[in-house]
Amino acid sequence: MLQDAFLELLRRAACDLPPDVEAALRQAYEREEAGQPAKSVFGTILENVAMAREASTPICQDTGSINFYIDFPVGQREQDYRVAAEAAAAEGTKRTYLRPNAVNPITGKNSGNNVGVNAPFFHFHQWAEPYTRVRVMLKGGGSENVGAQYRLPDTSIGAGRDLNGIKKCILDAVLKAQGFGCSPGAIGVGIGGDRMTSYLLSKEQFFRRLGSVNEDATLARMETELCGKLNELNIGPMGFGGKTTVLGVHIGAQHRHPATFFVAITYMCWAYRRKTMTIRDGEVRYED
Amino acid sequence: MKIRLQTPISEADILKLKVGDEVELNGTMVLARDMGHKCMVEEKPDFIRPFLAGGIIYHCGPVVRKDEAGGWHFVAAGPTTSSREEPYQADVIGEYGVRAVLGKGGMKEKTRAGLMQHKAVYLHAVGGAGTLLARRVVRIMDVFKLEEFGTPEAFWVIEVKDFPAVVTMDAHGGSLHDDVLKDSTARAKGLLD
Repeated sequence: MLQDAFLELLRRAACDLPPDVEAALRQAYEREEAGQPAKSVFGTILENVAMAREASTPICQDTGSINFYIDFPVGQREQDYRVAAEAAAAEGTKRTYLRPNAVNPITGKNSGNNVGVNAPFFHFHQWAEPYTRVRVMLKGGGSENVGAQYRLPDTSIGAGRDLNGIKKCILDAVLKAQGFGCSPGAIGVGIGGDRMTSYLLSKEQFFRRLGSVNEDATLARMETELCGKLNELNIGPMGFGGKTTVLGVHIGAQHRHPATFFVAITYMCWAYRRKTMTIRDGEVRYED
Repeated sequence: MKIRLQTPISEADILKLKVGDEVELNGTMVLARDMGHKCMVEEKPDFIRPFLAGGIIYHCGPVVRKDEAGGWHFVAAGPTTSSREEPYQADVIGEYGVRAVLGKGGMKEKTRAGLMQHKAVYLHAVGGAGTLLARRVVRIMDVFKLEEFGTPEAFWVIEVKDFPAVVTMDAHGGSLHDDVLKDSTARAKGLLD
């Protein structure tokens, strides 16, 4: 049943960190010196990740906002996926894979089951493939609060409409974020587009695996350079000081209007939760 | 070397702590977030008083499970962002005799002054470590305002054992958050030139 497949996808997303993220956290643990709080933090994080996986309990109590990206074949209906996914979110909340995280901003009332207006968030895309791909991201609220959008030129940080200006935006956002977004974070960047699509592009970067190389050579160089330099800031895990401030930097670019130049930065906490499910001829598979 | 703290925590114990110390907490904690803090400042409820004298306030909105017998269990219980309680925290510390505030992200000037005045510390737990920290909860002693505030905002009173945290603001005015901000800001200068 489609609802069960979505429920399992949500369970895995909330309780089982992707291997690339866990490997990056392990490397970060090994880089820190014994006796420092930074080392203890990474030790606690790794122990927590293993426990959560073993017990099917949430890695973090903030199980985030639910973002679904669904690619489906011609001839199928969006509505069928939406109904199944919303029912799975409600059931997942009941089973404590998810915390109720959908609050009506006007009345202050929590819907209690993670379903509400634009909650979960859906992005549907009909594609030419004969199978369905569902990607989900659980995005924590604390890290979402430290995201930032810049409009170039930005004289307050000396950022012009060029590559160095873009880098200055990213540096400024990470510096301002300090440890507040549960560092070390992964940094998603969206260059160009408008107010809306620059943020969207920045967030879509989190469907990439850590360590994957950008297809665009200029952006790939920028990612490597920034990852190294941001880690020189010594903000460290939780903002305690330490050698790892970011786990990775992923950058996307899209055409902009001649008059606008936006750079959007989204911060993903270390509990970087994403999972993919494919459905082919009724057979469901899960990937990281 | 981790320092063991047991509630009720004495003033002498607090004064020994300094920024960067790793601690393990034992005893009673009261969970309170935005609604709880507003309530403690505006209504000053007495029901929570006995748990807070020499005690610990924890900024946390847990995932909670109710078993078939009606008993409560914490499933995931890591810290939430503390800065939202900045308007209230110093007053709550003074009113209830709190010795430690536990959360994530640190707090600002008003709280720093409150910590110095009332001899208390700010402790930082590992954000995101929801499952591990929930396992350091030995039992749920009581819950207040559950109906009115909902699960993540209610006053959960819990007993913890060996709950790990780091002192990031001490009673002497020290703040690791300020130190790291200053240091990282200096490092950022010239990084891209």
